[in-house]
Amino acid sequence: MPESEHSNGTPLRRSFFAKAGAGVALLALAPGVRLVELAMARLDDEPVSDEHRWGLWVDSSRCASGCDACVSACNEEHGLSGMDRPETDAQWIRKVDLRDDTTGRELSLPLMCQHCEEPPCVDVCPTGASFRREDGIVLVDKHICIGCRYCMMACPFHARSFIHEDLSDQKTHSPRGKGTVESCTLCVHRVDEGRMPACVEACNNAGHEALVFGDLNDKEGRLARTLAQKESDELRPDLKLNTAVRYSGV
Amino acid sequence: MSAGTFQTLRPSAPFWLIAGVAAVLALLGLAGAHHMESAGHWVTGMNNRVVWGLPHVFAVFLIVGASGALNVASVSSVFGQALYKPLSRLSGLLAMALLVGGLSVLVLDLGRPDRLIIAMTYYNFKSIFAWNIFLYTGFLAVVAVYLWMMFEPRMNRFIRSAGTVAFIWRLVLTTGTGSIFGFLVAREAFDSAVLAPMFIAMSLSFGTAFMLLTVMLIFGLSKVPVHDEILRRLRSLLAYFVIAVAFFVAIDHLTRLYAAGHTGVEKFLLVDGGTYPVLFWLGQFLLGTVIPVIILLTPRLSGIAHTVVAALLVLLGALAQLYVLIIGGQAFPMDIFPGYTETSSYFDGVVAGYTPSLPEIALGLGGIGLALLVALLATRVLPFLPQAQGDRPGA
Amino acid sequence: MGLLLGGIVPWTPATVYAEVVKPQIPPARGEQCVEPVEIMRRDHFDFMKHDRDKMVHQGVRAIRHSLAGCIDCHASKDAQGQFIPINAEDQFCQSCHVYAAVTMDCFTCHAAVPAPALSQSP
Repeated sequence: MPESEHSNGTPLRRSFFAKAGAGVALLALAPGVRLVELAMARLDDEPVSDEHRWGLWVDSSRCASGCDACVSACNEEHGLSGMDRPETDAQWIRKVDLRDDTTGRELSLPLMCQHCEEPPCVDVCPTGASFRREDGIVLVDKHICIGCRYCMMACPFHARSFIHEDLSDQKTHSPRGKGTVESCTLCVHRVDEGRMPACVEACNNAGHEALVFGDLNDKEGRLARTLAQKESDELRPDLKLNTAVRYSGV
Repeated sequence: MSAGTFQTLRPSAPFWLIAGVAAVLALLGLAGAHHMESAGHWVTGMNNRVVWGLPHVFAVFLIVGASGALNVASVSSVFGQALYKPLSRLSGLLAMALLVGGLSVLVLDLGRPDRLIIAMTYYNFKSIFAWNIFLYTGFLAVVAVYLWMMFEPRMNRFIRSAGTVAFIWRLVLTTGTGSIFGFLVAREAFDSAVLAPMFIAMSLSFGTAFMLLTVMLIFGLSKVPVHDEILRRLRSLLAYFVIAVAFFVAIDHLTRLYAAGHTGVEKFLLVDGGTYPVLFWLGQFLLGTVIPVIILLTPRLSGIAHTVVAALLVLLGALAQLYVLIIGGQAFPMDIFPGYTETSSYFDGVVAGYTPSLPEIALGLGGIGLALLVALLATRVLPFLPQAQGDRPGA
Repeated sequence: MGLLLGGIVPWTPATVYAEVVKPQIPPARGEQCVEPVEIMRRDHFDFMKHDRDKMVHQGVRAIRHSLAGCIDCHASKDAQGQFIPINAEDQFCQSCHVYAAVTMDCFTCHAAVPAPALSQSP
């Protein structure tokens, strides 16, 4: 627990809000998501373990074609301001519009880092900057990223972005800078506080509820129960990456 | 091979002119790299879809060529072809110079070249890139030792062992370079086991072309006549190596054409991809394969000028081949949702655009300039050049 | 010879270094630092490096030496009450780093002002 001699009590304030957040969650639970379990599961000073495996379920039937609430929320959360240069601006999540070549059926869904269990990006990174945390979240340690972009070549989902210019006004919880590679972090800073990713929250607030976040290892939890009942699959199943993001309706 | 039969290159006006041009190219390359690093990569043509651009084309070109340039020395030391012995030292020097040039381009294109020390202290050994860091720097060390065995008369008896180590190291290094692409399951244009042997064939082809050009340049500057027999044999070798590369390229494309799912990328690269089919058929095939092979295998076209043209065309074809492979392979969209047509704000489902920018061109040419400069200056300092040869190869 | 020595003496280190201005460090806003000044001067980079690896790779967020923690206390405000970026000239970090001629890389990526409010992670 936080040191008591620390002068302005930042860690105290942080853990207070974590507990307060959990308390609020108790009072006003998002449908079915058991934040209590998430918040109390791990103290701030314990390393993460593979007890949890965080994942997402995307229900493309509920994803509205013109809506990009998830994208806007992600951009806002992480300060992805962009420079009006779409070819080099970072995109951590994007809406993809699909049309079936044979039947003509149209659908829409968000695409982000799939947080694979066997990530090609982790395999190819020469310094080990691209890594998979014990609880399944695939991240870039930007302290040791040398910006070689090999992970961007290797990712089957084009999930990664390279930062092509000097940045300023970064968010404290989302450091990012020129010359390194980045991608969706599953809002790890939120997850570690027992909250859900910004995209999921935004989708719920927009009333679509096409995204469900949870612990794949918690068989009683909403995510695992949903995946046990509804038909879903990972993208590019031929690559056998065992992704943490599952899609229905594709 | 005693020191008496080798000499340093005596300077002359043409020497300083060429060295000067090489130095200017290297400096322009540094300037380009500095601009890319300080402003960020948005000033280049590279983007989030085509992440490796012209600098990587040049870097792979030089590194693969470096590995093959050592072939003349290997053939002499390891396979006992005494004819090439006078060229062994130059072959080793060229291999090191080309590798230095290629590595400098690769490192200067990194997003964080200031973190090179991190690249040399943090390793993920599942990554072929991590292995390549050892293979490339180790190659420099191995060739340096090999050269030492050649220079120092008391160590001459170890030339064969050092040469064998260098030969095997070369093969592993080139396999590693080809595997950078061959191991990428996600990209249809790359994911192939044939890339490793193809790169070995490419190294022999590019390296021999570099060697031919260097021999003619340096011997021209030093006024040492080139032994006819050596030239004749190197010409034939180059022709066979170019044919070998063409064989692997053909196999690679034919295999992909045969598989039902992969005809899309083939159609893109070979037919309707715009720049890429032009570079493939005109650059790689016609200028880089057919014409040089004809020149090199036709006895009537065996003059110095013909040989220079043929070698230059092979190298141009090499650049075209690497451009189609590396950049074309990235421009073609990945098939994330098979059976669907996809559109998004991140350019899914569409061919990515890429235009080489000035800083990238400067950096790429700078690598060539650096390699040339290193090679030229080294011949001034140490006796790499054979003295005038008689009809018999070396004493 | 004497003239030569007489000419050299004014250039000895004692004279030269007397001209160099020691760093003027802006006062921090908190009560005391997480570590004593002498320890921080020598070891702050080691603390940050160790704790950052624990945080990034293992998700341990309750760390003593978080960069955001430093910024919370050591960032100064300007006349309008806005936070000045901590890596600006003459601010907390640069006043020593310029003196010691050590480049720091942190703020290429990290925010240089304290986070606005509420549950911000390190």
